[in-house]
Amino acid sequence: MNVLRDLFTIVLVSAGAFFFLAGTLGLLRFPDTLSRLHALTKADNLGVGLVMLGLLPWAGGPAGALKLIAIWLLVQISGATIAQLIAQVVAQVVTQVVTQVVTRPEQADGASP
Amino acid sequence: MSAADLSLALLVIAVATWTIAARGLYPAVIGFIAYGLLLALIWVRLASIDIALTETAVGSGVSGTLLLRAAARHRGKVAIAAPASLTVKIVAALLSAAVSLAVALALLLPPGPAPSLAAAAIADMPRVGLGNPVTAVLVAYRAFDTWLEAVVLLLALVAIWSLARGPSWTGTPVIWGKAAATPPLTLLAQLLAPAGTMIGIYMFWVGADAPGGAFQGGAILAAMWLLPMMARLIRPPPIEDLWLRRSLIAGPAVFLAIGLAGFATADAFLAYPKFYAKPLIILIEAALTLSIAATLTMMVAGPQQESEAP
Repeated sequence: MNVLRDLFTIVLVSAGAFFFLAGTLGLLRFPDTLSRLHALTKADNLGVGLVMLGLLPWAGGPAGALKLIAIWLLVQISGATIAQLIAQVVAQVVTQVVTQVVTRPEQADGASP
Repeated sequence: MSAADLSLALLVIAVATWTIAARGLYPAVIGFIAYGLLLALIWVRLASIDIALTETAVGSGVSGTLLLRAAARHRGKVAIAAPASLTVKIVAALLSAAVSLAVALALLLPPGPAPSLAAAAIADMPRVGLGNPVTAVLVAYRAFDTWLEAVVLLLALVAIWSLARGPSWTGTPVIWGKAAATPPLTLLAQLLAPAGTMIGIYMFWVGADAPGGAFQGGAILAAMWLLPMMARLIRPPPIEDLWLRRSLIAGPAVFLAIGLAGFATADAFLAYPKFYAKPLIILIEAALTLSIAATLTMMVAGPQQESEAP
């Protein structure tokens, strides 16, 4: 039983760490803000979720397990919202630049998001 | 010290160096926030969960937000001050290194066994009815320091209010950002504020027996008050609002009143009478949590603008 529990934790936490690593690589290597955001939110969702699942057997009872799940939910809510807010800013900047290029192409050389 | 601890320590030093070297205001502030969060991890590794929570909530969260607001106010304006000359930088670096070296030597090579009051503090804990030694030290043995901290916070808010244009001490803080909230922010405020308020109150309540307390709970409550303000769901109160003013002084005032009553009931300033220590401490902590939440909220909300002004 104990070996099974340890194995469960090791596999899930390692998988979570792998998603964090992949997300960080994406954050560093992807070419534009929206792709980087995509990589980051995947790491947040899956990484935190898997680490949380792997730690559940160690939470010391239902109250501790519920707290872990609550933490995961809070990270989900805030992470998803912040990704949306950043994406909105990016979309606004892109719209501004496109409008500038369309209306006054000669002045828009230096502008970029 | 494990390899993980060593890399954590090196990472903190690297982020600190990067924060100092960063050219822009925004990158420096972001670096400072990351530095605070990493520092909190080190406190966790040192088994000081109370300090880790405070560092995250106040050191990184509230201070970071204040610095971000300050950076936003200076965006696109001239530099705040001329960059320091090379001589000044070298002298500052040498002085900082000397202080770090002195502290490190004192910690690593103490002249004898370090003096500690920990045993005395733990021995008296049952008398104040608390299970968390940190809270016991803060509200019982070093109550005067804690009371002064609450007063300092209040003075900082008065200083911020005095930065406003105009002669009178009335008006409403102006919440930054766009005039209308975006749907994701509204959703976040509606979902997170009720849950977060409960977490803040829990943090204060659990402080009696586990890591937590007035400052951590107050910082979370402040965030949960600011979030609906930023989402334009509620408006910041005018600074002359009577309930706001009462909330601001509740903590220091209750603390002082109970402290003065200690002369009559327990023969000393800030001493608690036997058998009533625990309820009195909970009362003080509750009032402090309210005041800290209100003060931090109004500090981040910033100076007031008079209603007539555009």
